[in-house]
Amino acid sequence: MNKDILIIGGGIAGMQASLDLGDMGLQVHLIEKETCIGGKMAQLDKTFPTNDCAI
Amino acid sequence: MEEELRIGVFVCKCGSNIAGALDVEGLAEYASTLPDVVYAPWNLYTCADAGLDEIKKGIKEHNLNRVVVASCSPRTHEPLFRSVCEEAGMNPYLFEMVNIRDQCSWVHQDKSLAESSMAKARDLIRMGAAKAALLKPQEIIVSGVEVKALVIGGGIAGLTAAISLGNRGFPVILLEKEKELGGMLRSLYKLAPMDADASEVINAKIKEAEDHPNIEIYTGATIEKVEGFIGKFDVTFSANGTSKDVRLGVVIIATGAGNLVPEGMYGYDGEKVITQWELEERFKAGKVDANNVVIIQCVGARSPERQYCSRICCAIGIKNAILIKEMNPEAKVHILYRDLMMYGVENEDQLRKAKELGVRFVKYDPKQPPVVEENKVTVFHQLMGTELEIPQDMVVLSTPLVGTEDGVKVGNLFRAGLDKNKFFLEAHVKLRPLDCGTDGIFICGSAHYPKDVRESIMQALGAASRASIPLSQGEVKIEPIVTCLVDKDACRGCGLCVALCPYNALEITTTDEGRKVNVITVACKGCGVCAATCYRHALTINSFTDDQMEAQIHSFMAA
Repeated sequence: MNKDILIIGGGIAGMQASLDLGDMGLQVHLIEKETCIGGKMAQLDKTFPTNDCAI
Repeated sequence: MEEELRIGVFVCKCGSNIAGALDVEGLAEYASTLPDVVYAPWNLYTCADAGLDEIKKGIKEHNLNRVVVASCSPRTHEPLFRSVCEEAGMNPYLFEMVNIRDQCSWVHQDKSLAESSMAKARDLIRMGAAKAALLKPQEIIVSGVEVKALVIGGGIAGLTAAISLGNRGFPVILLEKEKELGGMLRSLYKLAPMDADASEVINAKIKEAEDHPNIEIYTGATIEKVEGFIGKFDVTFSANGTSKDVRLGVVIIATGAGNLVPEGMYGYDGEKVITQWELEERFKAGKVDANNVVIIQCVGARSPERQYCSRICCAIGIKNAILIKEMNPEAKVHILYRDLMMYGVENEDQLRKAKELGVRFVKYDPKQPPVVEENKVTVFHQLMGTELEIPQDMVVLSTPLVGTEDGVKVGNLFRAGLDKNKFFLEAHVKLRPLDCGTDGIFICGSAHYPKDVRESIMQALGAASRASIPLSQGEVKIEPIVTCLVDKDACRGCGLCVALCPYNALEITTTDEGRKVNVITVACKGCGVCAATCYRHALTINSFTDDQMEAQIHSFMAA
């Protein structure tokens, strides 16, 4: 079986899934419709409740 | 021969976060005058692509061998900056971070004190550069992982996590303190919002786990001793009178939660005034025949002694109101609530359905709580502004899930932190919700905070997935910012550091030169307690050595 994985969407969910799968040693192809990954979170300033910088 | 020091200092504006209070261009200019600093630009956002490229370009074009970024907190951005230095061919541990945002611009926004804020920022940058000059390259530490997982708790979360790991081919040991698997779901009737039969759901899971070739199940189990660290946890547990030692790579905590017994609240007696939990048992036994039911929400929750919201009670209260109405359409059901939190898609549908079936909703003020009497409940209707008298032949109290003493015991054994409500703490509430602070330990289910079955299953699958990372790799990579025995001769084996280490990362061994401390590098988190304690200065923390600290202090005084 081919073990490569396709992830559709490069927001926080897609990126975290890609990172975890990549850490498991699998080849991930992450595709995103916009010109850069990051999704909604990349547009936020600070995230509740820890006030971490979203970017 | 020592190579010539070439320090690059990159000062960040962080949009207006830093530049709003500090003259960043002035700081960059100041940095360029510091000893051994050969390049000191500023950026709008050093952590954005353009800023990161600038670091890489700077390292190459100016032959930098130390990089200082003066920006935000190392907690969030140090790994990123380190990896960029590594991409540019520099050892990532020759990087130093200075926090002029959280520790300067954010806390000193008073424009009239701008000059002293600038002076502090200059101090911080100067100290960072002085430390950077003394940094030594470090190498990532690699340690093996025993490919076997421990799951603690045989409820829906623990069973799901164990099955998921088993399906990936990893051997799993599942421990349950009770004689039977199943946890809370064994006592429940129907699960909101799809009316699934709780017994069917849990029995199917139990069977799947019991039949699984990769899952070893022990019921009536108690954990007695835990040693070790990620990749090599040595756990002693007893089950059915026999004791067993096992070595495991990762641990998933799924110890669940308990039910609050509302003694002394609203006339609770377990007969006519019962909890949702007891109502579920009565549903199962087919013994619900009340005609006037009053359900009171937030009993013992969102109160001074228990400030949290138990999250699942709104859905449970409404689900049970619907069940009563469906069994007996003539029954009058009132739900007395403070706020209704029917989040999401299906929950809101349930609320609509309850209203269509004629369930009455009454908002009460916690300052004027309902009063339960023999055959009636009196409540001040906050929205109508009038007092209501509702006849009752059964009162059901929606109580929160609470953390358990068993959870506390497991937390202490594995050095996994719990909050004041005895729920397990995650490493980061937003970014690492399934990991414990201690590496190699993961949490799922209501041990974390109250969750419904769907959320428990989701979290269990997530925790199993996170736990699979070290298991599938067979090794873990560990930050080399750890303690090390720099002066073996100075160590007298007194053991003071061993007693104070919160991570069990130190041990005393007998060597040819006598009693000496041994550092279990993999378990070390680099907190520095040991190095600060050792009066012989035998221990030090990589990248926080005595000479580096002294250099910072001297640099501060030299202003």
